Amino acid sequence: MAAVLHSAPRIASNEGVLDTLTTALGDKVVAGKEEHGEVVLTIARGEIENALRALRDDHAYQQLMEIAGADYPGRAERFEIVYMLLSLTKNHRIMVKVQAAEDTPVPTVTTLWPVAGWLEREVFDMYGVLFEGNTDLRRILTDYGFEGHPFRKDFPLTGYQELRYSEEEGRVVYEPVELAQDFRSFDFMSPWEGAEYILPGDEKASETPAPPPVNEPKTTESAKDTGAGEKADKKAANGTPADPPAEVVSEKGDADAPEPTEDRPDRAPREGGASDTKPATEVDDDK
Amino acid sequence: MSGLQLETSPTTGDEEITNYTINFGPQHPAAHGVLRMVMELDGEIIERIDPHVGLLHRGTEKLIEYKTYLQALPYFDRLDYCSPLAMEHSYVLAIEKLLNLEVPLRGQYLRVMFAELTRICNHMLNMGSHVMDVGAMTPNLWMFELREDCLNFFERASGARMHSAWFRPGGVHQDVPLKLLTDIADWCDNRLPELFGDAMSLVTDNRIFKQRNVDIAVVSQEDAIAWGFSGPMIRAAGIPWDLRKSQPYDVYDRMEFDIPVGTNSDCYDRFMVRMQEVYQSARIIKQCVAEMPEGPVASTDRKIVPPKRGEMKQSMEALIHHFKLYTEGFHVPAGEVYVATESPKGEFGVYLVSDGSNKPYRCKIRPTAFSHLQAMDFMCKGHMLPDATAILGAIDVVFGECDR
Repeated sequence: MAAVLHSAPRIASNEGVLDTLTTALGDKVVAGKEEHGEVVLTIARGEIENALRALRDDHAYQQLMEIAGADYPGRAERFEIVYMLLSLTKNHRIMVKVQAAEDTPVPTVTTLWPVAGWLEREVFDMYGVLFEGNTDLRRILTDYGFEGHPFRKDFPLTGYQELRYSEEEGRVVYEPVELAQDFRSFDFMSPWEGAEYILPGDEKASETPAPPPVNEPKTTESAKDTGAGEKADKKAANGTPADPPAEVVSEKGDADAPEPTEDRPDRAPREGGASDTKPATEVDDDK
Repeated sequence: MSGLQLETSPTTGDEEITNYTINFGPQHPAAHGVLRMVMELDGEIIERIDPHVGLLHRGTEKLIEYKTYLQALPYFDRLDYCSPLAMEHSYVLAIEKLLNLEVPLRGQYLRVMFAELTRICNHMLNMGSHVMDVGAMTPNLWMFELREDCLNFFERASGARMHSAWFRPGGVHQDVPLKLLTDIADWCDNRLPELFGDAMSLVTDNRIFKQRNVDIAVVSQEDAIAWGFSGPMIRAAGIPWDLRKSQPYDVYDRMEFDIPVGTNSDCYDRFMVRMQEVYQSARIIKQCVAEMPEGPVASTDRKIVPPKRGEMKQSMEALIHHFKLYTEGFHVPAGEVYVATESPKGEFGVYLVSDGSNKPYRCKIRPTAFSHLQAMDFMCKGHMLPDATAILGAIDVVFGECDR
């Protein structure tokens, strides 16, 4: 472990904590690790309530600060539920994790901490993880009547429904999302650092170009397509007039030039040396 | 009357009076934003409260997953818009923890100093609105004056009054002029104690204020722990728990300050804890000004912190760094951290999961208000309807943060 350079909150030492807790919890622990100064225990799903009770009562992790969900769609059990525990007496924090799928409920911990009620509701709302034993598993952050679980990785950022106030109906109406421009997701990753995408034009390099269609000479099907024919011939015989078309004189006559707004005196002659450019109104002899 | 039962009038006989349910909010001045509470009342006594939150849910956590680490930073200002810099603090510390990035001392001092200024700014708003919720007008106006001063200081440091985006991974965005530091120190010495003292003299011993707050929503220490309380809410219960002291970050371990605690754990204590914290914050700010060393304000690791503009005009390498950092952004090593700081409202945590790319894989924000608001039901039970506003004011809830 490299020396700690950052200035993030300094808790009591992690030394020996992982070993102590892993032995104490026995076979409830599936995995344990210590990374970036965080002790993370993964617990078997069915045992989470017992494990957290043991941590609270025997190891002085009195407070449950947070339950975070996370979605890893590639995994067999795609959701991770992370419990952040805080010990006020030992001044220490640990993370406890369980994994779950859409149809495998996690035992509730509202029996241990009343605060878990809303935290579990939030994970349910955002990810659709079910908590067995939570008697009040309603949605919490999303709209009344919302469908779907928005923080899943396969839920689009723009959502499915939008709402607006309708003047005609005099109420808020729900409509399918209509994007004025396509959703833009920029990928700024370096092309030579793992980003996989085809640059515009690259797709042409792979495929072999088709041979030029020399067997099908390009011909004009009929006279209609070219505009040629009797009518055109007749018009051409007239030729073009030698004189330009006569000027059209309007009946109203030309409008007079506007009166000068005021009688201004001439500008005073320039003082001092000669200018090296001629005024724009004079003819330039040099050209 | 075979089988037919006549409905008796609800006004005849006491047993016929039933509880009734009212809606508090979502548009209510004492709801401090958009909070809807479905209250079940027995006369004027609250039987049950069901807070409905989420009316300001914007999906910040999901949006962050689609942004680079730096682009996601301004979202934090918009969480608790009363204490924006304190929100940024947790986030930048979480990134720095994953990167194991060292912040120069001046950067740490500046962050601590402005985090404390944010605390004062936040408490001015909260205490002002708390006294206004229970009927007083003047202190709120005076404290808004002070809040305005704070916002002007933020503007001079970052260019923005509220959404500063001034804390950056690796330090702060820009150095501050010396005049700003001396002005803040002057303000802490003169204007703040004077005006704040005046405002408090109207409130703390005021009979009406005490009648509305003393012995309202008493929470035992056990309950405060079980309900996940933090910040002034847990300190009012007499538990001297302050992350600045117990889990110091940046240069809080160099600061000398006291943690005020309450004795009765009622709304009055919560108010008084906040009031004392303002003086302690001013103490920390003055220490910061006195001790702040010269030097860079942000890390000089050019793979994380972009170079200054002047440097870019001279150096090709700096130009490349700048371009890369503002398009691709920096990559954060894979891993997960939970970093919590003492925001003015309590423990504000960021659970950051990185998959090694330039965008966070998951960023869970732990709002302070969530656990406090959840306790509204048991704190209000048996109290009168108007007490609910005092309790809510003493929680110090802001919905930008609660609903995310």
